[in-house]
Amino acid sequence: MTKTLTKLESLEAQSVYILREAYREFKNLAMLWSIGKDSTVLLWLSRKAFFGHVPFPLVHIDTSFKIPEMIAYRDRLAKEWKLNMIFGQNKAALAEKRTFPDGKLDRIACCKTLKSEALKHTLAGDWPRYRLNHQTGQYDLDANKEPYTGVIVGVRADEEGSRSKERYFSPRDRNNEWDVGDQPPELWNQFKTDFAPGTHVRIHPLLDWTELNIWEYIEQEKIPVTKLYFDQGEGKRYRSLGCFPCTFPVESTAKNVQDIVQELKTGKFANIAERSGRAQDKEGGGGLEVLRVDGYM
Amino acid sequence: MNKQRDQMNVVVVGHVDHGKSTLIGRLLADTGSLPQGKLEAVKANCARNAKPFEYAFLLDALKDEQAQGITIDTARCFFKSQKRDYIIIDAPGHIEFLKNMITGAARAQAALLVIDANEGIRENSKRHGYMMSFLGIKNLTVCVNKMDLVNYRQAIFDQIQREYSAFLKEINLVPQNFIPIAAREGDNVVELSAKMPWYKGASILRALDHFSKAAPKDEQELRFPIQDIYKFTEDGDDRRIFAGRIESGAVNVGDDVIFLPSQKYSRVQSIEAFNKNSESLAFAGQSAGVTLATQIYIKPGEIMVKKDQRQPHVSNKFKANIFWMGKQPFVKDKNYKLKLATQQAPVVLSDILGVLDASELSSIAGKSQVDRHDVAECVLETLKPIAFDDIFTIAETGRFVIVDNYEIVGGGIILAPVFEEETSLKKYIASREFNWERSQITPDTRAKKYEHKSALIVLTGPQGTGKVEIAKALEEDLFKDNRFAYFLGLSNELLLNPGQATDKTLSRLGNIQELGKVAHVLTDAGLILIASVSDIDDYELNMLKTLTLPRQTLVINVGENRFSHSQIDLQLPADQDPHASSQQIINVLIKSILIDPEYFI
Ligand SMILES: Nc1nc2c(ncn2[C@@H]2O[C@H](COP(=O)(O)OP(=O)(O)O)[C@@H](O)[C@H]2O)c(=O)[nH]1
Repeated sequence: MTKTLTKLESLEAQSVYILREAYREFKNLAMLWSIGKDSTVLLWLSRKAFFGHVPFPLVHIDTSFKIPEMIAYRDRLAKEWKLNMIFGQNKAALAEKRTFPDGKLDRIACCKTLKSEALKHTLAGDWPRYRLNHQTGQYDLDANKEPYTGVIVGVRADEEGSRSKERYFSPRDRNNEWDVGDQPPELWNQFKTDFAPGTHVRIHPLLDWTELNIWEYIEQEKIPVTKLYFDQGEGKRYRSLGCFPCTFPVESTAKNVQDIVQELKTGKFANIAERSGRAQDKEGGGGLEVLRVDGYM
Repeated sequence: MNKQRDQMNVVVVGHVDHGKSTLIGRLLADTGSLPQGKLEAVKANCARNAKPFEYAFLLDALKDEQAQGITIDTARCFFKSQKRDYIIIDAPGHIEFLKNMITGAARAQAALLVIDANEGIRENSKRHGYMMSFLGIKNLTVCVNKMDLVNYRQAIFDQIQREYSAFLKEINLVPQNFIPIAAREGDNVVELSAKMPWYKGASILRALDHFSKAAPKDEQELRFPIQDIYKFTEDGDDRRIFAGRIESGAVNVGDDVIFLPSQKYSRVQSIEAFNKNSESLAFAGQSAGVTLATQIYIKPGEIMVKKDQRQPHVSNKFKANIFWMGKQPFVKDKNYKLKLATQQAPVVLSDILGVLDASELSSIAGKSQVDRHDVAECVLETLKPIAFDDIFTIAETGRFVIVDNYEIVGGGIILAPVFEEETSLKKYIASREFNWERSQITPDTRAKKYEHKSALIVLTGPQGTGKVEIAKALEEDLFKDNRFAYFLGLSNELLLNPGQATDKTLSRLGNIQELGKVAHVLTDAGLILIASVSDIDDYELNMLKTLTLPRQTLVINVGENRFSHSQIDLQLPADQDPHASSQQIINVLIKSILIDPEYFI
């Protein structure tokens, strides 16, 4: 009687293993939840790892330019699954309209301001964090200002060139910087879980997953995703979610998860990069690389 | 629903410039796996900058990497054959990036090792071959590349095959095949080439499709390293779940199990999962969780095994082959941390049996340290027993990494346990006794003067059971009774030498060692020393007792008794009046500190 795991089962087992390593080793652990399909799968995997519980806060960076359905979906799941939900925001930049397109910023600079910067300070705890109050359904100022030293992020190696160089446990220095050339070795499922005071570690449980794996898993597990990913009858859908000024739907008639899986396997997207609907990646050569070394996920 | 396609990780290794990136680029291009327009875009970019197109440019995803012109890290790309999807891991050939190569290769189920036909076998061709053997990669194809540069001559290919096979044989590695290729030209990469009619074997792609994944491990003995123990009380959840990944074997509800190294027994009550039908079986590869029929206390790191199966070794010494990646050499007389499956233990290098020159495979004798990029056969000693297998029996629990100063600096495979009386603790005590200058005042004289003998009293048990309050009450009661008693009220942090590592595993051990040294001095001076240490385990207690010898140690456990085999001298409830507890301790103590009557004669 020989038993083996399916492809999705082994991906799941590895991600769960990494999540549990992270939970055991990091006192101040948080997970970034962008509301997109990848980090939602990651959230689901956490419930798998911890038997229905999510024992760490979920952090969302609200640029205020997110498509409104995304925020509604976030709060619905947060309430249903009793999540410890936190958001952070670059209030100053928004108040002064230092944004794209209304301000003078280009797309990359806008991303830097609203995402990278907000993220850096929300994680560090020196900007306000807002926590969902499950009694009132409102967000209150969070009293906890301790920096998160372990941050779980749903990046995948197949997304984009620079992400293929990541580790499961990837240290960042005091300034959030990523030294691509000098990364810790990982072998036999032993990761860098020891770190000097002042540094923190990004944890990447989804590194080995592809876009197709993600959708196959969503289908298998029946994970709820926002309907923005599906064609609502206009022949368009979002393949990747971001802020509305910079994210454009792709032409597709995929109306449900099965359609998407089919489309990715055989259809016209089989060989087209997923982030092709994200405008900031195209600006000035290595857009995402620049953002990334700077702390953008 | 469509069947999910099979997936395999492949690493490409070899000496720098022998054509790894070119081979990968060619595999991507010739299987139609590149994003649309990507190849054309890179070619156009090369033409614009008037430089010759290289397949490596396709893979050089990062700017700073291109600037240096070498593959710094393991890049991952994907391609498909009829049979399955491949994740290809390009590993840097440059020695400086050995740890990156290892990271890539450790994730692979198969390896392509590239040798330049024109340049022949080079240092890293051998070193990488050795690493493949070390990492346990069984699927290996040797690609003899740039055949175009040697006019596709069979004699050259045969010569390299002969020479390299002989080398691999010495390290117990049998490659699946040798394939002559010209990666840049695409010869024998996806399709067989007419330029080498003398070659009758498979193309690279066919050879890959022929590889089988590692044999399922579920029929071996159970090895379930406990990663963590959960009790999430939210929503009335009262399960206490032992979670981890099953490294080999399978476990059923109802199985009798033992946890090693603590030797605690229990029975599996249920197998837990989320969003899944309840199962009665969990098997190798799964990240699982079980509940137990009895309440036992164990810490993460223990390995759960079946009572009726062959068990792993439990020992604190073993012989291993290690490779070193640390900038600082691996030296004796220094505490490192060992991580094996989910166990973490302090470890010291106790002997170097030989350092191997990986490129020449000759052993260098008499080295006193293991330098960066060395491969060495060593004896290692963990400062408490660990459970492990040898690499030949169960690989997953027969290999480990070594951590120094927060970094993984070495990896190793265990060859065999070593059973030897000599431990580093005994060595330390022998040298301490040798160097100790004794005065005329003997312990007996001192005991007579103070009218009692000395002893160490250790209060232990779970945290928050009021141990310190009891210790203070005890000191007070003894003092009032004219006993020469002292409560060592130092917190664990203060005991530790400043500047020592802040690593949890190492600092815990450091605390016990320091406490043992202090206890030895103060009990030698005639004191009844009282100390409180939460959750001391069997091995830590043993170390403390040994360091305090020849003076005796009394163990008082407050609250739940979590020892698996240590004898305790007194068990106290957690919520008792401190002076009542103190009185109970004194009743036990009196027997061991009273001076033998003959001294008074
Ligand atoms: N003549 C010839 N040159 C090749 C072949 N394969 C690779 N090269 C060249 O060898 C050089 C090194 O190749 P590259 O793939 O970058 O090597 P790596 O360092 O192992 O990744 C490049 O200039 C390639 O164009 C081949 O089959 N024939």
